Amino acid sequence: MALKRKDILDMKDLSVEEINLILDTADSFIEVSTREIKKVPTLRGKTIINLFVEASTRTRTSFEIAGKRLSADTINISGSSSSIIKGETLIDTARNLEAMNPDVIVLRHSAAGTPHMLARLVKPSVINAGDGAHEHPTQALLDLMTIKSKKGRIAGLKIAIVGDIAHSRVARSNIYGMTRMGAEVHVAGPATMLPRELAKMGVAVHQQLAPAIKDADIIMMLRIQLERQEKNLFPSLREYASYFGLNAKNIKLAREDVLVMHPGPTNRGVEISPEIADGPRSIILDQVTNGVAVRMALLYLLTGGPDETLT
Amino acid sequence: MKLLLKGGRVIDPTQQIDEITDILIVDGRIAALGRELDKQAESGTAARVIDATSKIVVPGLVDIHVHLREPGFEYKETIASGSEAAAAGGFTSIACMPNSKPINDNRSVTEYILRKAALCGLVRVYPIAAVSKGSDGSVLAEYGDLWEAGAVAFSDDGKAVTNSALMLGAMEYAASYGLPVISHCEDTNLSAGTVINEGLASAETGLGGGPSIAEDIMVARDILIAEYTGQAVHIAHVSTAGSVRLIREAKSRGVRVTAETAPHYFTLTDDAVRGFDSNARVNPPLRSPGDVTAIKEGLRDGTIDAIATDHAPHGITDKEVEFEAAASGISGLETSLGLSLRLVDDGTLTLSQLIDCMTGKPSRILNLPGGTLKVGAAADLTVIDLNLPWTVDPANFRSKGRNTPFRGWDLRGKAIMTILGGEIKWAENS
Repeated sequence: MALKRKDILDMKDLSVEEINLILDTADSFIEVSTREIKKVPTLRGKTIINLFVEASTRTRTSFEIAGKRLSADTINISGSSSSIIKGETLIDTARNLEAMNPDVIVLRHSAAGTPHMLARLVKPSVINAGDGAHEHPTQALLDLMTIKSKKGRIAGLKIAIVGDIAHSRVARSNIYGMTRMGAEVHVAGPATMLPRELAKMGVAVHQQLAPAIKDADIIMMLRIQLERQEKNLFPSLREYASYFGLNAKNIKLAREDVLVMHPGPTNRGVEISPEIADGPRSIILDQVTNGVAVRMALLYLLTGGPDETLT
Repeated sequence: MKLLLKGGRVIDPTQQIDEITDILIVDGRIAALGRELDKQAESGTAARVIDATSKIVVPGLVDIHVHLREPGFEYKETIASGSEAAAAGGFTSIACMPNSKPINDNRSVTEYILRKAALCGLVRVYPIAAVSKGSDGSVLAEYGDLWEAGAVAFSDDGKAVTNSALMLGAMEYAASYGLPVISHCEDTNLSAGTVINEGLASAETGLGGGPSIAEDIMVARDILIAEYTGQAVHIAHVSTAGSVRLIREAKSRGVRVTAETAPHYFTLTDDAVRGFDSNARVNPPLRSPGDVTAIKEGLRDGTIDAIATDHAPHGITDKEVEFEAAASGISGLETSLGLSLRLVDDGTLTLSQLIDCMTGKPSRILNLPGGTLKVGAAADLTVIDLNLPWTVDPANFRSKGRNTPFRGWDLRGKAIMTILGGEIKWAENS
């Protein structure tokens, strides 16, 4: 079984069937990472290039481990070590990489839409590992997988996404994924960080934390970035923390069995208090673990699995 | 040298003409309009006869907002290639913006443009000079010298004049030479870091969205300055419902404000950027469906005087990059008429009103001599086949700029002949 598409560019385009296929496949790969020998020969002979023009530790490592556990050859190119800083355009870099016949290019880039541009111009499969403030589909898929494994379902859950929605690719991808899978999605943040016409994306929009997290099954906190202060989007981290930070007190508004997620890296004491981040309701590290399985599933599904003719 | 255009439907809004008639051209000027010109045409040297039956004959089209890129950016466009594109698009007069390199803020650049345009000789090129030296928004350019050299207006187009004192000085000082100031209206604090319109498309794509009020606020300011000084201001590339409302209100009070819009602002919405096609990146950005409706209404009721292309040719290297790194602009000269004729099809304008927006009205904004078929005027004419179907293929553009979001669009209606001073400068399939 393979996905009937060349690229994974955004959640917006993924159907419920495709999402279910990816999550089911990821489930079956979970076990590989728990073996003593954490490697299967599934993608032997396949070449995966992780082109990370924007810095990343977690996502890049996750993709690299995913590829290696499937026995693919993985090559990492980061912004600082690539020719991109020597003035070569992204397109030229991509065409040069294409000339070396990789099977998959995983792209992380600070500009929205770059994976789409790449996918139009090169033959290998392109996986979007985060493009600007646009989307981060593999993050949303691992989040869906985590929710499903902990709650047994996604449909019907009340999920709150809290923070800088306007600049968050994680929020966008999750809004598409969660609403498509039938969840009731509430978003909250300072008015300056809520895009105009956000409600048209099928979510309930709140300018306060309380109504969003009230009776929530899942709360996803987003990382707040200090540089937004310079653009007059919020006055101080202190004020942000007191009105939009999740802590032991306000979490009581949510359901007793609420689970707390965060795409990382967290600002402890700002958007999430340490006792919540490290507490029993936190599934932040489960997200990281599932990230490897989801990325293994995508690499497997996009490359069509093992080439039977050679074995 | 005589030319007789026979049997065409002649539309000249400056004389309220819309009828099937003939036009006799003698020595580069309109000699007569009427049905019985054959004798006059045959006396002395016989006229060359052009059969315009079932075609539309209008004053040569006028585009008061183009970028010719020369000097300095010849890889994007030259005065020669831009002139060819203009002629192919049906234009006989174009006014070019000063953001070349060096910027047209002094007599020598103005003269250079005029000299190159004359050598090419396909269209009349009218240079617009910079409002401020280097278009950096601080010190007035030498308007007297520029006027004497042939500049027809002043603008820092592409860059907004954010300093209100400079704008006030520019309007007053330009008026002493009888020239208008053209304003690119953009509050750059509000638009900083944005690449598309703020709306559902920016919410979904994560591309930086700029609020429409970034334009409205500066339109309001320029109207206030024009009203206070009693001088003329022309608002470039109007793209928002707010601008239309402000201009309509100002005109009703007699403020000397005129306005233009470009075909992409009444044809496309910000929906066009969803696939991250950098050819849809333009400044001001493509707006919402409500804005498009308001732009059309503004054209219909005369609030917006003219259609201008904001022809902004770019090289592939400027566009085949990350959307937010891509240059802004659309190569528009060769699609303008075809797209604008859709306004007649959808009932926004009558054909005569549309022709007025592309000939007489823009000419009057910049006090240009063209845009009319009055006897004695220079014989600048465009022959249009309203029923000719064609498909936009940038590979066939005369412009060096192939940057268009209209690739593959099927349009109906096209200029098939462009006549400048009585000489055929361009003809379809020639």
